[in-house]
Amino acid sequence: MNNIITLAVEAHGLVKTFGDNRAVDGVSLSIPAGSICGVLGPNGAGKTTTINMLATLLKPDAGNAKIFGYDVLRETQIVRQLIGLTGQFASIDEELTALENLMIFGRLYGYSRSDSKRKANELLEEFGLGDVASRALSKFSGGMRRRLDLAVSLISQPPLIFLDEPTTGLDPRTRTQMWQTIRNLVKSGSTVLLTTQYLDEADQLADNIVVIDKGRVVANDTPDGLKRSVGSSSLRLTVKDADKAANAAHIIKRVLNTKVHLAEASELIAPMDNTDKLTDVLTTLKDAGIALSAVSILQPTLDEVFFALTDGGSKDKDDEIK
Amino acid sequence: MTNTIIIPAAERKLKNRVGVGRAISNTSTIAYRALLKMFKSPEIFVDFIVLPVMFTLLFTFLFGGAISGDIHSYLPIVIPGVLLMASFTNCTTAGSKLREDVDKGTTSRFKSMPIARIAPLAGSLIADIVRYAMGGITVFTMGYILGYRPEAGISAVIFSILFITFVAWSLSWVFAFISLCTKTISTASAIGVVVMFPLVFLSNAFVPAETMPDWLQYSVLRINQLSRVVTTVRQLLAYGSTGADFWYALFGALVILGAFIPLTLIAYKRKT
Ligand SMILES: Nc1ncnc2c1ncn2[C@@H]1O[C@H](COP(=O)(O)OP(=O)(O)O)[C@@H](O)[C@H]1O
Ligand SMILES: [Mg+2]
Repeated sequence: MNNIITLAVEAHGLVKTFGDNRAVDGVSLSIPAGSICGVLGPNGAGKTTTINMLATLLKPDAGNAKIFGYDVLRETQIVRQLIGLTGQFASIDEELTALENLMIFGRLYGYSRSDSKRKANELLEEFGLGDVASRALSKFSGGMRRRLDLAVSLISQPPLIFLDEPTTGLDPRTRTQMWQTIRNLVKSGSTVLLTTQYLDEADQLADNIVVIDKGRVVANDTPDGLKRSVGSSSLRLTVKDADKAANAAHIIKRVLNTKVHLAEASELIAPMDNTDKLTDVLTTLKDAGIALSAVSILQPTLDEVFFALTDGGSKDKDDEIK
Repeated sequence: MTNTIIIPAAERKLKNRVGVGRAISNTSTIAYRALLKMFKSPEIFVDFIVLPVMFTLLFTFLFGGAISGDIHSYLPIVIPGVLLMASFTNCTTAGSKLREDVDKGTTSRFKSMPIARIAPLAGSLIADIVRYAMGGITVFTMGYILGYRPEAGISAVIFSILFITFVAWSLSWVFAFISLCTKTISTASAIGVVVMFPLVFLSNAFVPAETMPDWLQYSVLRINQLSRVVTTVRQLLAYGSTGADFWYALFGALVILGAFIPLTLIAYKRKT
């Protein structure tokens, strides 16, 4: 490995077909060591299948992949010593306690009983599960299970961690906790590849986002770059008195210096690059005596990202107020 | 991970193979896990206590009078039969835990780890040995309570349990194979019941073959190999010796192992 930047993952043209379904259709990735790569895509895009090929669970039909320079097909056992995998669905034993679950994996990695126990207890403390270490999992919440499931793949302290949809199905608070955990992982020197269906999650965590759709990479960019290519966030507001909508639209147009769409009779939508201008808009509207019943700022949705990436250009069909 | 710093990949000592020592240690860890789960699940109570006790009482009191005139003289006939039934019923569910691991994704995680590939399979089936042996122990305890005192003594009892456990274990690979090939776990256990019950009842497990018409006697004793297992255990317990049936049964079990260990391995690798 003489690269100046060590690549944790380097994959070229990965293909996997199931019958005549090309689940992964030529995916290439490169992830520098110490970074977080977010693989973003809707259900069925091929995220799990891609991870499975990188984590030596599935043989690619074409293409190749290296993990820290080791080939996933030829140096399988070495690759397995360098990765930790947390699958999309928790794979821990319900009948056992959190400590027992972790210790079994420690033993499988070849640590002695006492080492396994020590590492398990350390991880449980770090993941806020110390108090429930010897309780059966059947009493665990979804968030606790997810954290334990993640802890299991960290017991061998692998330099590369695959997280398949780590926050799908979690409530917002648990989700934020999980994000913090993932950030800490990278601080301690790990590389993380995570998949997600949420743009905001990729945006929050990833240094680089790879968008895949129908098995193909449709974009590979930094979060900012990706958002630029999609367009800015947008301001949406509803005026109390529908008659004043046109007037309000003119004011917003003047303040933000952009086009304004009239979505419904009293609802206005305008692109907004700089959210600081929100106060200007609101004070000007207030001075003009226009009352509002709702204001919100919308981030581009994953739908819009895909729309822009796969079908870009043919947008702009809303009614426009001159 | 506040205090641990990950060792970079380039500074690690790495080997591209799993040694034999590691394979054995992995297998025993998985077996330990299976046992831990076994003793914490409510099914254990059914497998170890309810079924063997129920079978012993049921068959002794149901058939005892009709077949042997009284319950006490039926015990030497029925206890080996119940022993077979209890262990073999348990072995039809071999592989269901394994299949559960496959369906839940635990096997995928195992596969992504640097452990021996066969460890999850072997560990799970080795742990099952405990289930077959425990059923046998309960049956003999029940027999003892009902007044059964085998002529050949305690060593014959122990040898019988070992023998039946080994035969059940060899059959468990067949059922593990089936459970890895069917679409769902419930299909596999249905097949287990459908295959096992006729085999047990069309053997000499509960009825001495001498009372049957010639053609049936022939099928029961010569075609249904389970009868050889029952005959062996009866002889052992009564005379403390074994005959040709023992060798037939042992040979059969070894043939099954020889065929189904590789088949199960292949099915397991295809499934994961
Ligand atoms: N083992 C499999 N057999 C057949 N088809 C599969 C299998 N695994 C995944 N697929 C198909 O491959 C496509 C991609 O699936 P997947 O990688 O799970 O997507 P994602 O994780 O992005 O939701 C889907 O159409 C799915 O139905
Ligand atoms: Mg998936």
